[in-house]
Amino acid sequence: MDGAMTEMSAAGDGGLRLATTTLAVGNMHCGGCMRKVETALSAIPGVVSARAHLSAKRVSATYRLGEVPATQLIEALERAGFVAAELTPANLKKPNAPDQDLLRRLGVAGFAAANIMLLSVSVWSSRGGDMSPSIQSLFHWLSALIALPAIAYAGVPFFRSAAAALALRRVNMDVPISLGVTLATLMSVYQSVRGTEQVYFDAAITLLFFLLLGRFLDQRMRVKAAGAAANLLGLTAASATVLRHDGVLERISASAVVPGMRILTAAGERFAVDGKLLQGTGDVDQSLITGESTPRRVVPGAFLYAGTINLSGPMFVEAATSNEGTLLAEIARLMATAEQARGRYVRLADRAARLYAPMVHALGLLTFCGWLIAGAGWEGALTAAIAVLIITCPCALALAVPAVQVAATSRLFARGILVKAADALERFAEIDSVVFDKTGTLTLGRPSLLNAHRIEPTTLAAAASLAAGSRHPYARALVRAAQDLDLPIRPVIGVAEIAGFGLERQTPLGRERLGAPDWCGIQDGKATSTLCYRAADGTLTGFTLADQMRSDAAEATRALKAAGLALEILSGDGASAVAQVGEALQVEACSAQLMPTQKIARLQELSGAGRKVLMVGDGLNDAPALATAHASLSPASAADISQTAADAVFQGDALFPVVETLAVARAAHRMALQNFAIALGYNLLFVPLAMAGHVTPLLAAIAMSCSSLAVTANALRLRTCKVTLT
Amino acid sequence: MTALAWLIPCALLLGLAGLAAFLWSLHSGQFDDLEGAGWRILEDEDEESRERGPHR
Repeated sequence: MDGAMTEMSAAGDGGLRLATTTLAVGNMHCGGCMRKVETALSAIPGVVSARAHLSAKRVSATYRLGEVPATQLIEALERAGFVAAELTPANLKKPNAPDQDLLRRLGVAGFAAANIMLLSVSVWSSRGGDMSPSIQSLFHWLSALIALPAIAYAGVPFFRSAAAALALRRVNMDVPISLGVTLATLMSVYQSVRGTEQVYFDAAITLLFFLLLGRFLDQRMRVKAAGAAANLLGLTAASATVLRHDGVLERISASAVVPGMRILTAAGERFAVDGKLLQGTGDVDQSLITGESTPRRVVPGAFLYAGTINLSGPMFVEAATSNEGTLLAEIARLMATAEQARGRYVRLADRAARLYAPMVHALGLLTFCGWLIAGAGWEGALTAAIAVLIITCPCALALAVPAVQVAATSRLFARGILVKAADALERFAEIDSVVFDKTGTLTLGRPSLLNAHRIEPTTLAAAASLAAGSRHPYARALVRAAQDLDLPIRPVIGVAEIAGFGLERQTPLGRERLGAPDWCGIQDGKATSTLCYRAADGTLTGFTLADQMRSDAAEATRALKAAGLALEILSGDGASAVAQVGEALQVEACSAQLMPTQKIARLQELSGAGRKVLMVGDGLNDAPALATAHASLSPASAADISQTAADAVFQGDALFPVVETLAVARAAHRMALQNFAIALGYNLLFVPLAMAGHVTPLLAAIAMSCSSLAVTANALRLRTCKVTLT
Repeated sequence: MTALAWLIPCALLLGLAGLAAFLWSLHSGQFDDLEGAGWRILEDEDEESRERGPHR
């Protein structure tokens, strides 16, 4: 893959040059959406074809070069009601490219394993003697014919990884796997030449098949999660509307913004770069940066950060930085640094391999030397040594961890928890402290109407109808509250949004207003409500809105505490709001008003004290902390950058996935250890026998498959068994 | 034993045919969008009728 955003080709349409562009489509959920997307794009003159891709939430459009700009494609989709963005070369990866390769190898290994098994079963089952040696030899050679190319092709991922590890003078699990498979194959060829019965092509290829299967499932999960994250990044990769010197508005990519440019940001849009507000007054949602959920009122002269959302009318901002100089970009850099530090984690299977591989190789050598000294001749000695290596060929050991991991990840996936990092489960299992962000993590991160039941349904319905067209979080909260109570929301026309104050409508009976209490006519001192509605007849109704805790937050934190985990809240929000949540959840260690760097400092302090910290956070300000912590979790409502930084993302409004993740991770860890025990026990039993030269091929084959089956069966228990956090 | 002479090639050829079919389907992108493929079956309009426009 060349990483190019647009592929050109001279083919098709009478030699006209065609180009293909891939767009991420955020809200494409079903077959109907898929067709709407395709029809919307195909309707554009110049577009030759459009193919939507539902699992990747992307669409590829092929068009005649030079006739259709990408922005036109995006606009067409927006008119059809979709959120779309062109994917930049950095985050455009063919959604299935990495696992296509594995799938192809898996197919070849599967074909070979099935056919070789067919031949092997007939050889094994006729061991009574009703198969002539020549037929047996023919079957062995047929097996070799299938196995050799298949192993050479299907084993490449393992051989490559083993070679890379050895080049760095390290050992990973792929080293014994590669050695075992190679030796089993070579010895089988040798024994086929000699015409004996110790031919193990079936074992070698079946092992590869199972390992590839595990690796494929493991990778598919992560590719899916990573693709979703890339789409999110693409969808928010901002463009900016710039006011040129000649007074014309022009839409350019955010990376082309230079300091001094005047940028128009419409209501509901994110600011593309940091800058000073020139014109416009209103509310700005800064929760992404500060974690503070109450919108901030801004007036001309105020400094605004990239990534925050304009909630009111259009605002003109003078860019103070380029796209790279923003606080957002700074946070991304902090995150990258923190992630590098974590890259040194050594996975459980590799730690086992570091112990196991030298031991196995030493035993093989010992056997060889022993038999040589005992006078068995080099051929007999080598056969015994290879038998040891094949017996220890880490079938079960290599399956021990991947099988558990696949079972655990798919269990979590079914419950809406996407595990993205390959080694995340192992790190989750080691956690002994949990650090929470407040806004958006312990709370829902959006205001909800608290006094909905004390308000007349008709009043609420009228207010919600007025609010229906606004993007302000308070307006949306009213609409949600009305919907929850099944109140009818009628579309109203003539609503004016007065930036910084609220919504207003002229009716035949008088003026209707929804907005700031003092603007609606509630005098100071009485303004305990967040929002006020003044009906046309002058009746006033107050609404209390606040960021509500996730419904099961108390239950979840109690479960975590009961399991002996130390809890802590680190928030960028104000002290009183944090203390309130801390008290409600009975978490004593609370810190408020922290900057991203302070959060990192606290996490480093904890890890310096030997704690393994799980960071659960959602805001942009949490992203570096998420990357610093030993392991991290993020809700799916989180900022894109946080989702990228987190090891796993959980969906839904509940906090219990945090408990579930830790519980499953710990169970998976226990199970991986059990599997190691099974595999090692089997080796302890058979290696001495093999060293003494007493293992018959049939016994070895049966024992080998049994240990693999036992390990896999044990892992599969994890999909269904009840798991509690202890 | 002459049965083997044609049974074994048969088995191998069938297996190879299966493998070839799998590799072809993989290459032609049938595994690219497993979710979307399921939905596409349910779509009433096929390519031709879409070009001709809706017909009821």
